[in-house]
Amino acid sequence: MGENEIDEGLKVYGFSISPFTRKVEMTLNLKGIKYEHIEEDLNNKSSDLLRYNPVHKATPVLLHNGNPLPESLIIMEYIDDTWTDADPIMPPDPYDRAMVRFWANFIDTKLVPAIKVAVLRECEEEEHEKKIEEAKHWVKTIENVLGEKKKFFGGEKIGYLDIAAIWLIGWVPAMQEAAGWELISKEKFPFLSAWTQEMLSHQVVRDNLPHRDPLHAYYVWRLSGFKPELTPVFK
Amino acid sequence: MGKKGEVKLIGSWVSPFVFRARVALNLKSIDFEFLQEKAGSKSDLLLKSNPVHKKIPVLIHHDKPICESLVIVQYIDETWTHGPSILPSDPYDRAIARFWAAYLDEKFFPALKSIRMVQGQGDEVEKKLKEIKEGLGLLDDALVKISKGKPFFGGEELGYLDIALSGFVAWIQVREKTFDVKLLHESTTPNLAVWVHNLSAHPAVKDIIPTADALIEWVRLNLGPPPPPAN
Repeated sequence: MGENEIDEGLKVYGFSISPFTRKVEMTLNLKGIKYEHIEEDLNNKSSDLLRYNPVHKATPVLLHNGNPLPESLIIMEYIDDTWTDADPIMPPDPYDRAMVRFWANFIDTKLVPAIKVAVLRECEEEEHEKKIEEAKHWVKTIENVLGEKKKFFGGEKIGYLDIAAIWLIGWVPAMQEAAGWELISKEKFPFLSAWTQEMLSHQVVRDNLPHRDPLHAYYVWRLSGFKPELTPVFK
Repeated sequence: MGKKGEVKLIGSWVSPFVFRARVALNLKSIDFEFLQEKAGSKSDLLLKSNPVHKKIPVLIHHDKPICESLVIVQYIDETWTHGPSILPSDPYDRAIARFWAAYLDEKFFPALKSIRMVQGQGDEVEKKLKEIKEGLGLLDDALVKISKGKPFFGGEELGYLDIALSGFVAWIQVREKTFDVKLLHESTTPNLAVWVHNLSAHPAVKDIIPTADALIEWVRLNLGPPPPPAN
């Protein structure tokens, strides 16, 4: 297969404003793997998407040679296991692999929800201070995982956990801008700040972040208190 | 294999998540020290080893803690490469096994767990039972597709998805007794019913799988009656 040919058997059913879709596409792009992107309207899901992900009915779904696969972190490991010519995103050592899997799960299940609640004030007013402290605690936790010395979570190169953490780069700034205040400031979180700059210096990362305007508009809408019936499914 | 003291597992005999780690360790014939947590309290070692979640299981290997049951099972497979392989060798099969294991934790277990909270509230119980039955239906279909006629999801031997589901078997049986309903049964999930039989007889499982009665007694002693319905 020539380098510029799209693998006819490789498609990503995605929702471009969602970090879950972007994680998958960043992984493919980092490895130089060509694919076809099919944009889904989550208020009007395609019959293909529903057929390929009947359990969750969500994006992203990778379709490889007719075999469908949902769930962004699972897709990322599948890509790593399948396209073995390109540099791996997972570390080789079993303990390091366990750590990046643990922290990627932490980002999705603890860090991101806590940041959203704090910045978007999705809690009772009297709880807000507590929620801010909680979010800061989790941000500090991931900052300590990065530490002072490492350029990336993956060490010298972008790896699985860097990709898993792109929400902090592409989405948190838009959210903070819409909300009018910074939870994750440069002064309080210098390692994450340095990491953000390091990541943004890579074309592949910049190309895979969502455009600011639609994202900003989305967060302004969320902040205005509308209960979204037609929320984009971030999976 | 593995010197005594080198591998420790912090957990409890009632936890379906701890159960996964124990089956994986047994499957690989790894000697380990089982540090049983007391119900209703968390040991200093647990809090120190898992400060983020403060939950069991925690595997401690060479004094380094590893948390989250599915992360632990994969770690065991990748570290002790003798003995049966837990993850499938084909990347797509591996991904599908991971998908269903994640489904168990994100969708199936919350439904199974939370039905206790609505005990006595007819409509709510029916809703939760429907969710649980649908989940088991999906898993029954998946078993047929994935096992291709062999006894386990992993084929001839226990694999990742067998281990992931194994911890819930006894708790599903608890719900069957409490709510007088058939869930894992030849009339509802014919393939899983056979699978349960095969699983329960497996050497890595048979000596450690709890009975539903023992779990019901533990709940009675440690959790008390379910909460009254909200007004």
